[in-house]
Amino acid sequence: MKVLEVRSVTKSYSHHKALDDVSLSVPEGEIFGLLGPNGAGKTSLIRIINQITMPDQGDILFKGNYLSNDHIKSIGYLPEERGLYKKMKVGEQALYLAQLKGLSTVEAKTALKEWFQKFDIEPWWDKTVEDLSKGMAQKVQFITTVLHRPKLLIFDEPFSGFDPINANIIKDEIIKLKEKGTSIIFSTHRMESVEELCDHIALIDKSKKILDGPIQQIKENFKQQIYTVDFSSSNLDFLNALPEPFKLINKNNHQAYIQILNQTPASDLIRFLLDKSDIKAFEEKIPTINEIFIRTVQENES
Amino acid sequence: MNKILLIIKREYLSRVRKKSFIIMTILGPVLMAGLILAPILLMDSSDEEKKEIWVCDENNLFEPQFEDIDGTDYQFFKNDLVEVKERFNTSDGYALVHIPKFENESIDVLESSVKVYVRKPMSFSNQNQISNNIESVIESIKLKEEGLTRDIIDRTRSNVNLNTIILGESGSEKTGSTEVSMGISMFGGFLIYIFIFLYGAMVMRGVMEEKTSRIVEIIISSVKPIQLMMGKIIGIALVGFTQFALWVSLTFLISSLATALLVSPADLNPVDMANGSEMLIQEAEMNHGGLASVFEQLESINITFLLVMFLFYFIGGYLMYGSLFAAVGSAVDSETDSQQFMLPITIPLIFSFIALQTILENPDSSLAFWCSIIPFTSPIVMMGRLPFDPPFWEIVLSMLLLIVGFIFTSWLAGRIYRVGILMYGQKVNYKTLWKWIKQS
Repeated sequence: MKVLEVRSVTKSYSHHKALDDVSLSVPEGEIFGLLGPNGAGKTSLIRIINQITMPDQGDILFKGNYLSNDHIKSIGYLPEERGLYKKMKVGEQALYLAQLKGLSTVEAKTALKEWFQKFDIEPWWDKTVEDLSKGMAQKVQFITTVLHRPKLLIFDEPFSGFDPINANIIKDEIIKLKEKGTSIIFSTHRMESVEELCDHIALIDKSKKILDGPIQQIKENFKQQIYTVDFSSSNLDFLNALPEPFKLINKNNHQAYIQILNQTPASDLIRFLLDKSDIKAFEEKIPTINEIFIRTVQENES
Repeated sequence: MNKILLIIKREYLSRVRKKSFIIMTILGPVLMAGLILAPILLMDSSDEEKKEIWVCDENNLFEPQFEDIDGTDYQFFKNDLVEVKERFNTSDGYALVHIPKFENESIDVLESSVKVYVRKPMSFSNQNQISNNIESVIESIKLKEEGLTRDIIDRTRSNVNLNTIILGESGSEKTGSTEVSMGISMFGGFLIYIFIFLYGAMVMRGVMEEKTSRIVEIIISSVKPIQLMMGKIIGIALVGFTQFALWVSLTFLISSLATALLVSPADLNPVDMANGSEMLIQEAEMNHGGLASVFEQLESINITFLLVMFLFYFIGGYLMYGSLFAAVGSAVDSETDSQQFMLPITIPLIFSFIALQTILENPDSSLAFWCSIIPFTSPIVMMGRLPFDPPFWEIVLSMLLLIVGFIFTSWLAGRIYRVGILMYGQKVNYKTLWKWIKQS
């Protein structure tokens, strides 16, 4: 089941094309990483999904229906450029934003009380936002985003402005939301959190989608048969003259990266190495999302 | 629709609860009441410090004619000037007037030979008073030479008040008053002008606040940009009405209270009070031919009609300009950047206010016609023309065009707004604005 389908969306601004025939589908109940360099078109796509702007061409489907005003209540959005009314009281403001999403006053109040208790920030209710620190304001902002229990949440750099402890609290909440069945689109430049949270990613560069799929599958596809080998001795000179199809990528002290250039099984490599030296550890090197990101974007540039 | 109401409510409450709003609302009437009361208070306070003016009159002609009014006290000396001057130097007199002897020459010589010695520059009103006094003495002397007395002159004076009667097409007659009409026109036009500026700027700042605090993106993921913009404009209009209503009622309350307290007979010297009120009445008589007739003429103008029209142009003009102010606020990142876009908004406003003064002189001129038809100037100019009974079709046309006008500016502003509020750190000029308007 797809919660969101983006079909051949194109969007141009006066001086450039922000999105060029982009298609995506976000599986229900998963965390979907939307990645891409700055200016690739991520924000444009997110704004279209939030109905802030309209696509020039293409359609967006929410649970199989064309996106309309009725879906505003089902979507929660935490933009990268975010803020609150500085002079408005925290509680009043959260209530206002929830009501704009379509919650009734009573519903909004109950839900807010719960969240304020959960984050232990009840004393902030009557403070104005300008009296809060940046991290505190971000917490309030997070609450206002998820308060109306949307089916689809869109987080653009949700951890920016949080210290590691609070970032962790937020991360845990995001995971809890996912466990409750919320689908999440997660846009960030912090690849370690993509690695940690996402089930599925799509990579946008220069207004086109250049990569898309479940994270495990992508990693599988990007494997280059490179193995990390830890030796017990530091005399690794024999590695400089490896026979075909083995190739030394890098070595230092006790460790080396060796690539197999054809379909030769890894056991052949182990056997060969054992003849020369003692092995402490042998492991296939799985590419990180960071490496995949950089490689794909660089290939796309050239 | 429900969401627009939410926005209006927030915009309204957040402003009405502000300290600055409460302070302005209280301070406004105090200032207004002050303006009304100032003349009364001034009249009261001026006699506290009487100015002693010494007159060295070598002809011994002027003493009986100089009146001690407006806090002056004339002291006459017949001694030699040198001697009087010496005494004046050690006294605390305010000024020393020296009227030299004219002996064999004509009295006209005094026109240029009177000298005033002062320690510090003299006030304009005192100067006037002294020269008026001398002039009237000279006049009396001359009249006597010609064989006339002041009584005769006073009796021959007359003061004509024109009773304007406007002939209706059906032959009806109606008393009209140019002065009262002009007063109402100017006041109405001025109020609209001030309201548009004050609250238009408030709309602009509100939009800029949302843009710079970056909350706008969150809000427009819940509501349409045009809803946010209109909600803000309407909310602020209600703030304006509230403030206006409070000002009017508080001003009335404070000034009537203060008048009752300050102008009580116990506080004031009865003679001064008689003087003061006499002067007021005299002034009123000079201008309008009696207070009673002012009220009579006020009645001749259809107050309900004017009030309804005032509200219409008040709201229409504000909506028209308010959306433009919103568009400017959305396009810029800071107040300093807004200057370049403010000019085209302020120019028609200031122009219509200036044009209003000329139009009042000639309310049926073609300038008056065009300015009261074109929606950019009509809220102020038509308001000014209304007391002069412009043709009915002109009023209808002007109203219709104003409605069309504000729908057009809201549409235009909405197109700029929806793009502008999401643009950060971009250099915006008129070309970019035009691109935004065209952008689908």
